[in-house]
Amino acid sequence: MEKFTKLTGIAAPMPLVNIDTDMIIPKQFLKTIQRSGLGKNLFDEMRYDREGIEIADFVLNQSAYRKAEILVAGDNFGCGSSREHAPWALLDFGIRCVISTSFADIFFNNCFKNGILPIVLPQDQVDVLMADARKGENARVTVDLEAQTVTTSDGRSFGFSVDPHRKHCLMNGLDDIGLTLEKAAAIDSFEAKATTLRPWA
Amino acid sequence: MAPRTLYDKIWDDHVVHQGEDGTCLLYIDRHLVHEVTSPQAFEGLRMAGRKVRAPEKTIAVPDHNVPTTLDRANAATMTEDSRVQVATLDQNARDFGIHYYPVSDVRQGIVHIVGPEQGWTLPGMTVVCGDSHTATHGAFGALAHGIGTSEVEHVLATQTLIQRKAKNMKVEITGSLRPGVTAKDITLSVIGHTGTAGGTGYVIEYCGQAIRELSMEGRMTVCNMAIEGGARAGLIAPDEKTFAYCMGRPHAPKGAKWEAALAYWKTLFTDEGAHFDKVVTIKGEDIAPVVTWGTSPEDVLPITGTVPHPSDFTGGKVDAAARSIDYMGLTAGQKLTDIKIDTVFIGSCTNGRIEDLRAAAEVLKGRKIKVKRAMVVPGSGLVRAQAEEEGLAQIFIDAGFEWRLAGCSMCLAMNPDQLAPEERCASTSNRNFEGRQGYKGRTHLMSPAMAAAAAITGHLTDVRELMGETV
Ligand code: SF4
Repeated sequence: MEKFTKLTGIAAPMPLVNIDTDMIIPKQFLKTIQRSGLGKNLFDEMRYDREGIEIADFVLNQSAYRKAEILVAGDNFGCGSSREHAPWALLDFGIRCVISTSFADIFFNNCFKNGILPIVLPQDQVDVLMADARKGENARVTVDLEAQTVTTSDGRSFGFSVDPHRKHCLMNGLDDIGLTLEKAAAIDSFEAKATTLRPWA
Repeated sequence: MAPRTLYDKIWDDHVVHQGEDGTCLLYIDRHLVHEVTSPQAFEGLRMAGRKVRAPEKTIAVPDHNVPTTLDRANAATMTEDSRVQVATLDQNARDFGIHYYPVSDVRQGIVHIVGPEQGWTLPGMTVVCGDSHTATHGAFGALAHGIGTSEVEHVLATQTLIQRKAKNMKVEITGSLRPGVTAKDITLSVIGHTGTAGGTGYVIEYCGQAIRELSMEGRMTVCNMAIEGGARAGLIAPDEKTFAYCMGRPHAPKGAKWEAALAYWKTLFTDEGAHFDKVVTIKGEDIAPVVTWGTSPEDVLPITGTVPHPSDFTGGKVDAAARSIDYMGLTAGQKLTDIKIDTVFIGSCTNGRIEDLRAAAEVLKGRKIKVKRAMVVPGSGLVRAQAEEEGLAQIFIDAGFEWRLAGCSMCLAMNPDQLAPEERCASTSNRNFEGRQGYKGRTHLMSPAMAAAAAITGHLTDVRELMGETV
């Protein structure tokens, strides 16, 4: 997993609430057995018409936002299915950070496993960032994970909180499985105990 | 010891390790796997030279992609990428030595129906699956939630999951349900009440008389949609109904192990005075048969209602409601019962069990459909066989329904069962998102009885008007 430390980039505004994972990556693209290559189908049904022609007013089709690395979104971003194809598609497109007032739980988890930072901020601060994002490509937002701050193009800065374990993994690009396998002895002894307590399980 | 909730108890019994910052390593008793969210996880194992730590606790079944038409044994009914995904699962199940129900097995079906049916899901267990509707298994008092593919790989390799404890929410449904009102109406009404983000950060425990009065199948319907309310999991304390359901299932314990299990399961309830961070109480008698009008499961109204106006909402929901109404091709103020239906879909892990088929068949018996197409997709091969034995299949066929083989089918339309643009469907599934059942398709969620009623009249219908009539 790629490290995430600091990012300065274009933020795309997506004020719609309840953007679900079916919108982020429709199911016809879940048939892949790989993780890569999903970026071209990110938001597919909002981004292209039936003939595959770009829908001009969709935000990521506008020239200012084609290289966006941050999304500022409405409430409850990523609700719906557990498909990790949603963060894979975001990442493949180039999005490394999503900012919203709230995220669905599984999507939120999945982001951290893929080097994407989801940031929760209160409504008034999301509103400020949304307005900043609307300024287009000259408005660069800076996300500093170490300092836990988001800074708008005109220098307004907001602090955010992040789980310390997740921050550590993200900043160092660590893979969870490796870390957990270091605790193999604890898993062994748990299993031995559980087999006696709950032999049917 | 301080009084604990059911969630606290299951959690405590599965903590392998707790870090200083509160991050826990949680042991996983059952890992269910399907073809869509697992290939990259198995590939990850292979690349790292890792094995499945507990293959005996890992169960795989293809369900999302598989065709449900009778000719599905013919490879040509699948697109190439779907075929590759199913073949990849076949191969991974063999290579890693996990339990497997291939498409040709009568026990094959939707993963969340197969797990309980085969006795893999038992009270007090932790159950995960790379699928958000894993919440279904909470009906047994098992802590069950959906995970992403990276976590699937993590569980395959370590049989644990890195977790932080969620908050406790109690959802109490008091009293009894009125006639014509079902588990689906409960679960949709709760989401209508709390919103799709209302449960975010929580594990919900459903309780109260109306929940106790539900069958195990009804309880699975309720827990299935906990995720649609944003909750990490839904739980219902096990009771005599739970134990009776589990007894004798192929993978349920037998003999002395059964007795030991039963003694443990009887300790699985929320202690008097245990703390909940949030409590929601709904009167069972206030719940009506409901349908969704929009493109979020929170867009729920009693069938007697009218399509709302965007200005009825506040904040971001104003624009979202306008977008939904437009997408759904509706007009604000329109009576819900005036909405014409093209297609009816009965099935999915929410409502694809035998009782769901019985409820629909009861409404359909001796009647004919007025919609363009209607299909029943049983949740598993065994549900299908039982429905045939009970004569339900014939009722569906006589009414004009297609009688299909088991799978997810039009719940998410990854196989050929899809809506055409603007085709309007009365569906017993769980998501009405844009494009969920097919590009530009329009989905109204409801119970099996309500879907059957819509099939007969050709428009959204209050099933109570069809009940008790002699035909
Ligand atoms: S029936 Fe629908 S919700 Fe259930 S597992 Fe299949 S696709 Fe997911």
